Amino acid sequence: MDRFVFLTVDGLSRGAVYAAFALALVLIWRAARVVNFAQGAMAVAAAYVAYSVSTATGSYWLGFVVAIVAGLLLGALVDRVVMRHVDHASPLNPVIVALGLVLLIQAVLGMVYGSEFRPAQAPFSRSALTVGGVAVLSPYDLFVFATIGVVVSGLAWLFARTPVGLRMRAAAFAPEVSRLLGVNVGGMLTLGWALASGVGALAAMLVLPTELGLHPHAMDLGFVSAFTAAVVGGLDSPPGAVVGGLVVGLLLSYVSGYAGSDLTPLAVLVLLLAVLLVRPGGLFAPVAARRV
Amino acid sequence: MSATRAAVPPKQQLVGAGRPADRRRGSTLLRHLAVVLAAGLLLVAVSYSVEPFRNFQLATVAAYFCATAGLTVLTGLNGQLSLGHGALMATGAYTVALCQTAFADRGMTGGWLLPLSLAAAVVSTVAVGAVVGVAAARLRGPYLAGVTLAVAVVVPALAVTFDGVFNGEQGLSVPVEPPPLSLGAYFPYERWQLWVTGAATLLALLLLANLIRSRYGRTFRAVRDDEVAARLAGIHVARTQVLAFVVSAATAGLGGALLAVLAQSVSPGAFSLTLSLFLLMAVVIGGLGRLSGALWGAVLLVALPDLTHSLTELLTLSPAVAQRLEGNLPLAIFGLTLIVVMIAAPGGVQGLLSRLGRALLARRPTRHS
Repeated sequence: MDRFVFLTVDGLSRGAVYAAFALALVLIWRAARVVNFAQGAMAVAAAYVAYSVSTATGSYWLGFVVAIVAGLLLGALVDRVVMRHVDHASPLNPVIVALGLVLLIQAVLGMVYGSEFRPAQAPFSRSALTVGGVAVLSPYDLFVFATIGVVVSGLAWLFARTPVGLRMRAAAFAPEVSRLLGVNVGGMLTLGWALASGVGALAAMLVLPTELGLHPHAMDLGFVSAFTAAVVGGLDSPPGAVVGGLVVGLLLSYVSGYAGSDLTPLAVLVLLLAVLLVRPGGLFAPVAARRV
Repeated sequence: MSATRAAVPPKQQLVGAGRPADRRRGSTLLRHLAVVLAAGLLLVAVSYSVEPFRNFQLATVAAYFCATAGLTVLTGLNGQLSLGHGALMATGAYTVALCQTAFADRGMTGGWLLPLSLAAAVVSTVAVGAVVGVAAARLRGPYLAGVTLAVAVVVPALAVTFDGVFNGEQGLSVPVEPPPLSLGAYFPYERWQLWVTGAATLLALLLLANLIRSRYGRTFRAVRDDEVAARLAGIHVARTQVLAFVVSAATAGLGGALLAVLAQSVSPGAFSLTLSLFLLMAVVIGGLGRLSGALWGAVLLVALPDLTHSLTELLTLSPAVAQRLEGNLPLAIFGLTLIVVMIAAPGGVQGLLSRLGRALLARRPTRHS
């Protein structure tokens, strides 16, 4: 029972991070109909910038803020310099370009920082507090929950309650009409990319201390898990992404706790295949109709 | 219907639709056989005239060519994107390692063992490819890319999960017999490697080239261009897609097996996600949907690391910096080229060459058509 509680909390904490990462994927998918396969590499790049800043200044929090800013800028840059110029006639093209970005970013990181693991610092203790003799929650888990909670509700507020959010939704939903009504569609798209990339950077900052550390490939499996989370929720649904993230986090935690951590990649693959084959539109989709 | 479909240029431009009508008469099989024989003779001639290291490099190109040719058929002709071909190559490579080790442990020798192992590699990859292909046939666009990406990330990790069989990160060694004595006692080993991989690749290419020109090749393209129209024309779309995936998997498995035979070892590190991305990059830069483009891509995969190696040797750098550059510079160039090619020249190298060729032809004053 103790173990179950521990694994559940650990899974939820990891799942919260996947949820944020999946949310970033969903943001771009809704805005541009592109699954950003470079998300993981971009987030790791932002985390490396934070690492440099933190080691230079000795302040974790400065690095944390810099990571998010770097993520925002990188997202805007990728949209403006690369993605905008890709021919979207075939859905293959943006995917291939994103993969080119993965190669490029990972190579540049490898050249600058080398390919050894760098320690990723955690701002709070990761040892669990005990409640009534049962180890439940570490301060770091609390920090993760709080941060992700703020981000998710902030995004929900942005999209539902603010004029900018309305414009972003309009630009994604009906670009032509929005343009006629005076919405800066291109700008909204760039903003969407920046936001998504910023959220991705934040997620990487939160997940890296719980894993092996910083490495150019550190988010490869994390990206696959987050993609699975986004697919579980349906690529179009932000609440679905959050639920999907928690589901994936719990599944990974139980599998690694009860069956061995070596099996977690396989579990992700099986879950992804199962969801796609049984409910391709995700668990929250209405009856899906594929456009052919 | 056909008129409106024909008015969709971007897709056509991207994937490089083959020649609209084949005007040449005669048997396709005979023509391809002639080309393959000529290529084989050329390869033998070249293998005698260049140094052993170049022979080894050419053999590596041949092994990669096998995999890229299969991928270009899948992605270029059938429109299915696979990021998992590195994993399929790993399947072939590990199969050949297990087979060769089993033969060596039982003390079996003979020239027929290696072909048998290669065939086993193809069979096992076909089985894996069929499983992935059945799933892939139901998926489109980013979903398919995501699943195959997951395959590419997960399959190499399985070598560590089941390290009793696959020996974890260390990998397995592939015992390969020396060249037969009938070729002479001092026959260079690298030349023998080139002969073996060249022969296997040419055989695979002959089959692929015929497949592309056959009824099946046409159904591949029909499904790529318009699934609804293909279905209306009586083509079983899902079956065609699974078939394309299986064919592509078979060649990828053979390519992986050949690489393992060349390196005489397999390890999960050699079949990482990066390899899958490299393969995709190679076919895109070469020109999607053309076997000649796949050749360009395979050449690039071998030549570019070599070039950057010479470049880093030219610049006098500290060993640490040189090491970082050497591993990563080719990746950076690959990634950048991939992005630039996708944006600027979606036809790839072969597309540029064909365009150049057409431009030259058009300039000639006397043109018979």
